[in-house]
Parts: sequence; structure tokens; C-alpha cells
Amino acid sequence: MIDTKRPLPQFSPKDFASDQDVRWCPGCGDYAILKGVQRALADIGRSPDETVFVSGIGCAARFPYYVSTYGFHTIHGRAPTFATGIKLANPDLDVWVITGDGDGLSIGGNHMLHVLRRNVDLQIMLFNNEIYGLTKGQYSPTSKRGTRSPSTPQGSLELPVTPAAFALGAGGRFVARSVDTMQAHLVEVLKRAHAHRGASFVEIYQNCLVFNDGAHAAFTAKSVAHDTQLLLEHGKPLLFGKNRDRGLRLKCGTLEFEVVRLGEDGVDEDEILVHDETNRSLASMLAHLAPPDFPVALGVLFCDPTTSYEQAVHQQAAEAGMTFVRDADLAALLRGGRTWTVT
Amino acid sequence: MTANRRPSSPDARGVLAREVRDSVVIRFAGDSGDGMQLTGTQFTMEAALAGSDIATFPDYPAEIRAPAGTTYGVSAFQIHFGGDIATAGDEPDVLVALNPAALKVNHQDVRIGGLVVVDTGAFIQRNLSKAGFDSNPLDDDTLAPYQTLKLDISKRTAQAVEQYGLSAKEAQRCRNMWTLGVMLWMFGKDLQATIDWLEKKFAKLPKIAHANIAALNAGYAFGETAEMPSDVVGYTVAKSDVAPGVYRTVTGTDSTAWGLVAGAKAAGLDRIMLGTYPITPASPLLHVMANLKEFGVITFQAEDEIAAICAAIGASYAGALGVTSSSGPGIALKTEALGLAVATELPLIVVNSQRAGPSTGMPTKTEQSDLFQAVYGRNGDTPMPVIAVATPVDGFEVAIEAVRLATKYMTPVMLLIDGYLANAAEPWRLPDPDDVPSFPIAFRTDPEGFQPFGRDPDSLARPWAVPGTPGLAHRIGGLERDSESGHISYDPENHRRMTEVRAAKLDRIAHDIPVQDFQWGEDRGDVVLVGWGSTYGPIFQAAKHLTEQGHKVSHLHLRYLNPLPPNLGALLARFEHVLVPEMNVGQLVTMLRSTYLIDAKGLNKVTGQPFRVREIEEAVRARTGGKQ
Repeated sequence: MIDTKRPLPQFSPKDFASDQDVRWCPGCGDYAILKGVQRALADIGRSPDETVFVSGIGCAARFPYYVSTYGFHTIHGRAPTFATGIKLANPDLDVWVITGDGDGLSIGGNHMLHVLRRNVDLQIMLFNNEIYGLTKGQYSPTSKRGTRSPSTPQGSLELPVTPAAFALGAGGRFVARSVDTMQAHLVEVLKRAHAHRGASFVEIYQNCLVFNDGAHAAFTAKSVAHDTQLLLEHGKPLLFGKNRDRGLRLKCGTLEFEVVRLGEDGVDEDEILVHDETNRSLASMLAHLAPPDFPVALGVLFCDPTTSYEQAVHQQAAEAGMTFVRDADLAALLRGGRTWTVT
Repeated sequence: MTANRRPSSPDARGVLAREVRDSVVIRFAGDSGDGMQLTGTQFTMEAALAGSDIATFPDYPAEIRAPAGTTYGVSAFQIHFGGDIATAGDEPDVLVALNPAALKVNHQDVRIGGLVVVDTGAFIQRNLSKAGFDSNPLDDDTLAPYQTLKLDISKRTAQAVEQYGLSAKEAQRCRNMWTLGVMLWMFGKDLQATIDWLEKKFAKLPKIAHANIAALNAGYAFGETAEMPSDVVGYTVAKSDVAPGVYRTVTGTDSTAWGLVAGAKAAGLDRIMLGTYPITPASPLLHVMANLKEFGVITFQAEDEIAAICAAIGASYAGALGVTSSSGPGIALKTEALGLAVATELPLIVVNSQRAGPSTGMPTKTEQSDLFQAVYGRNGDTPMPVIAVATPVDGFEVAIEAVRLATKYMTPVMLLIDGYLANAAEPWRLPDPDDVPSFPIAFRTDPEGFQPFGRDPDSLARPWAVPGTPGLAHRIGGLERDSESGHISYDPENHRRMTEVRAAKLDRIAHDIPVQDFQWGEDRGDVVLVGWGSTYGPIFQAAKHLTEQGHKVSHLHLRYLNPLPPNLGALLARFEHVLVPEMNVGQLVTMLRSTYLIDAKGLNKVTGQPFRVREIEEAVRARTGGKQ
């Protein structure tokens, strides 16, 4: 029973700020994300002492030093694996993984696949700035084809990976998107990610002022945002535009979206698709939408919870009679096979 | 057979005289689908139950089912049993070959005058060609140096299991049990443990269980009813003169797994978390530990070697004992994470079941060639304790010691075993659980004066401050950190200080381990044999034989390879020759030469096979010019 007399601990965002000077470049999108995370943590209300931030390597990976929780800055690409070990050892901890497009989808792509498919109860935030920042500006696995960088002076040749589509393909049960500068939206998405039990994947479009300024401007610039952002809400029609008069409907006879305008050619709201977070096919189609022909889908693309991995591991162990090692019966362990006695 | 004595009087049944032997080496060999490992394991069990000391050497191909009848598909299991056993034996006294390929690969190893048992039913033209025999070795002089026992095991097995209505293929899969029956008769062993085991193993397939038991009984009866050729006799092998107690057989894998549990219990921890990835020959540790949930063990089969160690480090960070295990190629992949464990000063056990390298090398063949990798194989100045298992039983103590060092000093510890030890078995007098040492750790809980990298003045360990502990939230990572607060620091003096303290931890460990003692011989003399790991048996046996022959030979076997025992240099200086037998091209010998500036010499074997006692004896004689 909840003791109603005992006040719940109240936290403010500054309770989640560490005493370290933040050392990102002035104007970096990471500052806004840090602020959004600290706000979300305060709203969530778990103690900093029960919260762990785990990161790999890269600009984003410095994040744990700047929050007042427990933090582990690990090695390149491997943050999801450390986080998995932490959750297996102590499922009660609230564990957040901070990664970037290079860390999470290039060197750590394999771990991202497996942590999502296993459904370990983590919040995974992938800061996508489409560039390698800390190594001074090489193209990344999310860079648009043709990106000119120190390692691709004539333009990159590779097709980029779409992080949300990758996460869905890997079997992720919670996939969402937000933008560094959309503070209120970001906080709500992070709180949704936290509420989801299992692996929650949140792609955050983040601007790198120094090496890739404006990479996401096609849909984040104020002047175009209304016409290029589709803000998803479960159970609500897929409408966008300043007057919310444009929407997505399925093209007759194919599995493709088309953008229609309400009232034009007799289109009414009934024809517009309604967002269903539990529909993986819809989520996959939304994940691939991009300007100029379509808006970018932001918010919760997919949320369909199931038993999380560490929960299942501990349940199976409990059924096998798990005890603490310190209480282990060594005599039973050693004599658990065929023995004989010499007198 | 190390000694012949006069035949004993006819046994109670009055059927055959039995010759008495001190010890016997048997090698079972057949196709990898013939069940030779099971046959050997069951013979081992029966011999152990009958009071023999034992040592075994399973030797199997990397291919799971190589094309039947080929030489590269031959699987073998050697057992040495009898009185005082230290090795799996230099030369088989008895070879059981269930097909021509098994004979081809193994017959040269048999002692001259030894016994070769063959299944004549398998020596058909197709199998002979597959094995590369131009003519049938049963008809030419190939087997002239040996006694032979030619039995149509295929036909006799088929007759024995006829009533159970098996397919021809199923019936032939009972050949190993018929063969086991004959061998158990020959060496006067019982059948009951094997019958019990078959009933349990095939509980859901009673027809198969009955057929196998029938084949086993038929093989035994074949010997007992004197259908044997008159020159083949039964043997009575000496029993081991062992201390009273409760015994079981144990492989290096079993003892290591149980030692990890005992160590974590001694440290007072809640959980062991083994993060690992399947690799030969290390996977059996995962299989054993996956069945230890009731003792507080969680196992995690990761997506790769890197994920495996990182999850283990994560678990240690969260207050469990993180363990990872692999073999050389997998250890290579874990290297970066090992550096992080050293840098963040977290406890971790890394078990390396060494195999022949480089690269994929020979996955199922044993070698000791990862010593440099263990001691030196990381970027930066990254010292880490390295300890090695010497015998199948030894895994228990070494694993406990690994946990003690890891938790007391907040450091990863590399535990070296090898493919031979991981699979080899010997009898073990079970320790009294109350005799297992206790070394409870204390997690940091007091926020007062807490510094994430403050140190215990004796061990130099930093506090183990586990997430979830009120008031201790802090950040750690791979960037160089301030020697107190743990905050990122690029200060030159701080890096010097941290580098030195990482090295100093090993110095502290050096003074917290037992002084090195001799395993055999006087504390000064002509030759000291210095070994580590699974060469223990042959080195010990060689030193003993040589001493009996009048040589002044001693044996030092190192459990601690990094740091080395502080008194080791002084011990080595008392000998004219320092000879280091190793299953590599000279790794420990290089470390000894560079550490002590002595003229140590290597004796190196890199065939993927364990040393023979004789090889070491000959090397010593060569050094001493045969002088006694």
C-alpha cells in the first residue's frame, strides 16, 4: 500500500544537473537535448541514485558526465551491451543509453539490432546529426548520399540507413522520433519511452553546428515545419500543415501513401488514415517518409509492449529456484553428480 | 603398462587368469559419429568407481560430423587409470579402433607389444579406401609390432540387439557399447553405472536404452564366457592408494565453474553474471553454468564476444560478479573492453580456454600460446593479473583465487586454462565446503567522504559503489580520470599517478599470493623444470622419474603468471639449468629471461598434443649430458 502521508520525492531539472562544465561546442543541439532529458527525468520522478546513463563514444557519449545520476562512459558502440549487463544484474535500475548515428548504427549496429530484438528494458536515445563530430566531420551511416566531408571530398557514395526503420526491422517494440529544438515534444516523447517496459528507441534529430549545420533544416526550420512535420498521435488522423488541412491516405490499389488536401476533390477527413501505434506495417511506412514529397513523421511511431528480456530471465531463474550466490549450498553443488566414497 | 607382475591365481569363476598391472592406457578411437567420447567417459566413470586414479585426454576433430570413414573425422578418447596417475599416458597400451581410419591415425602411437582391438566388420573396401589404405592392414604386417584382437563387433552388435527391431543404422550405433562391454570385462570393471546412465539418458527412448544395454552386456559376456582367443587375457589394474573421502570425476570446465560459484559465495555476492559467446573449446563452461541458476548464476549468450564481456562488465558495475569466457580469437575481440575494465577498476573474471593458433588455428587442439596475449595484449600500459589452472581439479581453487583477487583489488583477472584441461577428467576428493576460504567484500554505502577513485591504502582498490546506492551517484568511464574524484582529467601529473597506481596494484597482489614452492625435488640442483598450466602432469612425472634415475631435477609449477611470485627469481638462481617446457614457441621462458636476466631455455611443443613424459625426460638428459 502506498503511504499517502509520506510525500513523494519531488525533483526539479536542476537536481539532474551534475557539477561538471558542459564541453559541447556552443550552439550544439546536445544542449537542448540535455535540458529536455533533465526536464523529463524530473517529471518522471525516479531518484538520480536509481538512474544510470550509459554511453559509448562520440560527442553524444559525453552526456553521462553532465547528469547527476550514476553514469558509465564506455567504449565505442557498445553501450547497449553494458546496459544489458546492468539490467540483468539489477532489473530495478532505470537505465538510459545515449548513442549517436556513428556509435549506434555503424560500429555498434550489431548491438543495436540485438538489444532491440531482445527487448531489454532500456531507453535508448540516438542523437542523429548525420556526421562524425568528435573525429572532425567524416560522413556517417546516416549521411545523405553525396555528403562532402574530409573522407569523402567528392561526396559520399553510400545510401544512408534510416534509424527508425532499422529499429522497427530489428523488432523494436517502441520506436519514436523527436527534434533537439522541439523541447516540449521531446520531453513528452522521452516520458512515453520511459513508461514503455522494454527497449525504447528514440531517434532525436540533432544539429551539429560545426560540421553539418542545417542537416535537418528541410523539416526543422521554423518556416517549413508546419508543412514538413507530421506529429503523430495515437488514434488521431495523420494530418499536418498550418491549418491541419493536409493528410495521408492510402493510394487506391497500392501499398503507398499519398498526400491529399481536405476539401479538395471532395476529400474529407474520413479518408485520412488514423494513427495506430500498435501497427508495425504502418509504423514502417511512416518511418520512411521524407521531404520533399512527404512530411517527416515525429512522435511515437510504434508502441507494442511485451515481456522485457531481463524480466523473462529473472522469471525463468526464479522458476529454477534461483538463490543468491552467497546462500549457495556448495555441498549440493559439488555432490550433484555420481560420487563414491573411499574409506 | 608400467609394470608386469606374475599373473594372479584364477579368479572366482575360474575362467581366466588375470594379469596384474600398475596402470593401463586405453585409447578408444572411431568415427566422430561412433560415440567414442561417451564410451571413454563411461569407462572413466567405471574405472573411477572401482577405485582407480585416472587421467583422460579427449581428442576430437573440429568438424562435428566429418565425412564418415575419413581420417580427419577420427575422434579419440584416451584414459590412463591405475595406481598413481599424473598424465593421460604417453603411449596407449590398448587401442580400440572401430574403423580403418581410426587405426590409420592412431596405431603408430601404440606401445610396441600393446594390444590393438579392431572391428573387422568395418574393414571393408570402401572404408579402407577412405582411410587411404592400399591393402587391408589386418592382412599385411602393419600390425606386426602389436598383439591384435580382431572381432567382428559390427556383426556381434547386430546380433545382440536383433530382438529390439532397430534399423540397421540404429543397431550399428550400439557398437560403442558392445566394445565398452568387452573392455570393462578385460579390466575387471563393473557395468552398473553405465546401465544406470543409459537408462537415464534414453529414458524417453526405452527401445534404444534396452538395445544399448543389451549390446553392453553382450560385449561383457563375450569376454566372460571365454570366447576370446587364448592369448588375450583379462587384467587387474592396481587401485589408487588415495586418501579417504567422497570422490567424483571432474573436468577442468566443471571445477572452474564450481570454483566461480564458491568464490562468489566467499565474497558474499548476490549474483554471478556470465556473459559469453559460443566458441570451441570454451562453450562447455556456458553449458555448465547455464544449469547453475539455483546457485545464483545468470548466463547471457551474447551476440558476439564484445557484447559478452561488456555485459559482464556492466553486471560487475551493478554489483554482480561479471564473468566472461572464450578462447584466443574471442579474447582478441574482448581486448578493448578489458582495457576499460582495468581503467574503471571493476572486478571481472575472464576465462580463456586456450587452443592452437594463430587465427582460427586448430579449435579442438590444445596449446598454451595465449600467455603473451593475457599478460601484454592490450593498448596502453594496462596491467592485469593472470593465473593458470594446472590440472582438471585445480580449476576449483584457481577460480576461487581469481574471484578473491578481482574483488579485493577491483581488477579484471585472466584465468588461463586450455582445451585439454577443459575436457580432461580426473577424480577429485571433494573439499569440505567449510574449508573454502571466506573473503567478504564490502560495497561502499557511506556517502561521507566518498571519492569514486579514493583508495584502500593496502590493496589500492577503489570503492565498489553500486548504482542504486543512495548518495553515491558518480560517473566513470574510459577517459583518464582524476585520481580522487574520477572526473575526466588530462592533467599530465594525474596520468602519471594513475598509470603508476595501476601498476602498483599488481605489486600489492604479488605480496598477497603464496610464495612459490617446489612441486617436486630439492630446492637446488642441476635442472629445474618450470611449467604452467596443463603441462603439470608430464613435467611432474618426468621430474619424478629422473630423480629416481639419480638426476638432480626439480619441478616448479606457476599458478601466478602476472604478477610472478616475488621469490621465484631466487629459486631459479639455485639451478644450473632452467628448462621451461611449454606448448608454445617460448612465452613463459621469454618472460623469465626478461624478468630475471637468466639463461632459461625453452622446451617447446606445438603439435596440438600434450607433452609426453618421455619427451621431457629426454630433453633433461640432453641438457645434463646424461650425467647422473
